[in-house]
Amino acid sequence: MAARFKNGVVRYFKDNIGIIIALLVMCLFLVVFPTTRTTFLTPKNVFNILRQNASNLFLATGMTMVIILGGIELSVGSVIALSGVVAAGCVINFGLPEIVGFLAAIGVGALVGMFNGFVICKTDIPPFIVTLASMNITKGIALVLTGGSPIRCMTDAFKFPGAGYVGPVPTPVILMIIVFIIAAFMINRTQLGRHIYAVGGNAQAARFSGINVQKVKFIVYTYTGIMSGIAGVVVASRLYSGQPTAGDGAEMDAIAAVVVGGTSMSGGSGRLGGTLIGVLIIGVLNNGLNLLGVDSNWQYIVKGLVILLAVYVDFIRNKKAGR
Amino acid sequence: MSEQYLLEMKGIYKSFPGVKALQNVGLQLKAGEVHALLGENGAGKSTLIKVLGGIYHAEEGEIYIDGQKVTIDGVVAAREAGISIVHQELVLVPYMTVAENIFLGREPGNKMNINRKQMTEDAQKLMDTYEMNIDADTLVEHLTIAQQQMVEIVKAISFNSKILVMDEPTSSISDKEVGFLFETMRALTKRGVGIIYISHKMSELEEICDRVTVMRDGETVGTKVVKETTKDELIALMVGRELTNYYTRDYLEPGEVVLRCEHISDKKMAKDASFELHRGEIIGFAGLVGAGRSETMKAVFGLAPNMSGEVYVDGQKVQIKSPVDALKYGIALVPESRKEEGLYKVQSVRFNSTIEVLSQFIRNLSVNAKKEEEITQKYIDMMGTKTPSQEQIIGNLSGGNQQKVMIGRWLATSPKILILDEPTRGVDVGAKAEIYAIMNELVKQGMSIIMISSELPEIINMSDRIYVMNEGRVTGCLNHEDVTQEKIMQLAAK
Repeated sequence: MAARFKNGVVRYFKDNIGIIIALLVMCLFLVVFPTTRTTFLTPKNVFNILRQNASNLFLATGMTMVIILGGIELSVGSVIALSGVVAAGCVINFGLPEIVGFLAAIGVGALVGMFNGFVICKTDIPPFIVTLASMNITKGIALVLTGGSPIRCMTDAFKFPGAGYVGPVPTPVILMIIVFIIAAFMINRTQLGRHIYAVGGNAQAARFSGINVQKVKFIVYTYTGIMSGIAGVVVASRLYSGQPTAGDGAEMDAIAAVVVGGTSMSGGSGRLGGTLIGVLIIGVLNNGLNLLGVDSNWQYIVKGLVILLAVYVDFIRNKKAGR
Repeated sequence: MSEQYLLEMKGIYKSFPGVKALQNVGLQLKAGEVHALLGENGAGKSTLIKVLGGIYHAEEGEIYIDGQKVTIDGVVAAREAGISIVHQELVLVPYMTVAENIFLGREPGNKMNINRKQMTEDAQKLMDTYEMNIDADTLVEHLTIAQQQMVEIVKAISFNSKILVMDEPTSSISDKEVGFLFETMRALTKRGVGIIYISHKMSELEEICDRVTVMRDGETVGTKVVKETTKDELIALMVGRELTNYYTRDYLEPGEVVLRCEHISDKKMAKDASFELHRGEIIGFAGLVGAGRSETMKAVFGLAPNMSGEVYVDGQKVQIKSPVDALKYGIALVPESRKEEGLYKVQSVRFNSTIEVLSQFIRNLSVNAKKEEEITQKYIDMMGTKTPSQEQIIGNLSGGNQQKVMIGRWLATSPKILILDEPTRGVDVGAKAEIYAIMNELVKQGMSIIMISSELPEIINMSDRIYVMNEGRVTGCLNHEDVTQEKIMQLAAK
């Protein structure tokens, strides 16, 4: 067992060595650079990075499965907005307990996921278009419900998932670990996990293999919806409010983390372990640029170039390895 | 030089990282001949063709056309030298018309304003010249595979090429269309065109080819005149040893009926097919492309939503609504089209070997990796698959080895009834013989096999009984003792 664990760790580093080095180089730079030397590697800042990127990890675990499946999911950002609004609305407008608000928010995420899954399975409309539509619909509902203004909710229980602590550790970091473990088990240790790779690799062959292709797709989109709902709860909690504009562009950060993590957009292959590093790279990059005081408009440009570079390096490496 | 060749390739060397793909390869093509290029998969045929077509650059070697030394450093240079290649995989644009495809990149008229009328007329003239019954204004996606192949050939010829290379043009077209293709080839050779013809089908050589060059492991091992050689000699050259038993078959007394199918229909291609299979038997399904053989088997396997008809396994009537049901009754199907219906191309040999039997080693959120490796290894050994490791990405293996992994995948489900749809398509001679030997071994152990094949020699030499289908119906059943190609063809056209 110990040997297997060791093998697993060695394998993990081997598989992801390119992006691990990239992450370490970024951290090293921020540790030695004069303006960030004192601010980057403090417990407070490290927890801050993790806290801010917890929601991206939730989305990215689902997005990894969707992309391995050969699909794409654009509605996750809008779900963050709608589920956050629902969570805060339940508490403020209906006087329900916070936990009910949170569950309702996750339920909303699940519903959107099921809607995506259902339409994708029952029609031949490509996932890009289906989720583009549900992205707009979901965002619209959030705006209609709130009239465009945030619903503030300052109770301690509401603040717990996003801004609270368990001992010295921020709650979102705990959630992050739990979600990652669940996703890792799903992908690596269940038949469903293998079926996801099979459907993404060759859906027609999967049919011959007796795999229920529609069921696999439906489960994955629903899972992603639920993860977006949880992300919505954490974001709303961190902001002390349900905001109809929260999660804007979150889908792009999630996709970026997945592709930086080495998952191919053409489906059939990819690694959840890589996605974790991808999320951290995007997180450290955002944090580092802020600490360096880079103008927020310029941050987009830098981020775009880093994504391109990371994926290009990985591409070259895989080509050399003959994969 | 005693005789002037149309094309002469001399001392060609080409290597890829870690592999010497071509070593001192030579090839001489005369004007007006059809010259076959034979060799197992991986022997270097495709590499040689890509060097000729300017897609790869040879490290060493010279190419002469009409005795003049030429440098081919790109696709355009090859075209200007009069070389055209019809690739094995179709490279037409499906959403364009036949005419647009033929004139792609060299449309008549000027850049801003293509003369569509003239283009269509010119294309139609070409189609008519070669008596192809295709409207130049049709979208390519509406053509059959064979028609698309014809369009490819016309496109290749329309460059006024002197040298035409055809890479396995008959692998996906029916016999009738093959005959038509050969006529076109003969018409071309009369006009002095030299054709290099790559095919795995030995029977075609005698019919259409004048000379043959055999390649093995990146080298040319000999050039023969087709009329002066034998099939056995060529196979021996290709595999480097005598293949004593190409077909291995010990006929046994068949046992009880294990599968009986009655009036199978999928409301489309399969109309009314009835047949039965005994224990320890191989039954062959012959017929023309489009006769509904694959569709019938897919219906039996639970892949046709509107299936009707009765299926009896071991005398019991069963309902098979999905492949899961079929597997439950011990029926496995190795599909016809490896690439589209079988392979998970970007995944490893291990993933591809075990996808049917996940429940044997994934349970309660844990993967028994040792068991997974054992299963994979068992079928690698049994099928004699050549792979560097279990982690090898399957897309990097040769067609024969991919097919062995596919068959192994389904054998892992321990089926009683194995349906093989074109089990040796795109598989080289050596691996074919091995697959036949394995089939023989399996039926000896009590398995029953249904084989669909478009290669008559294979059907005739491997089957106990042969069902012939035409237009979705079984038109007859022949016993292996009194079967001939002619009898099959009569039933196939009935």
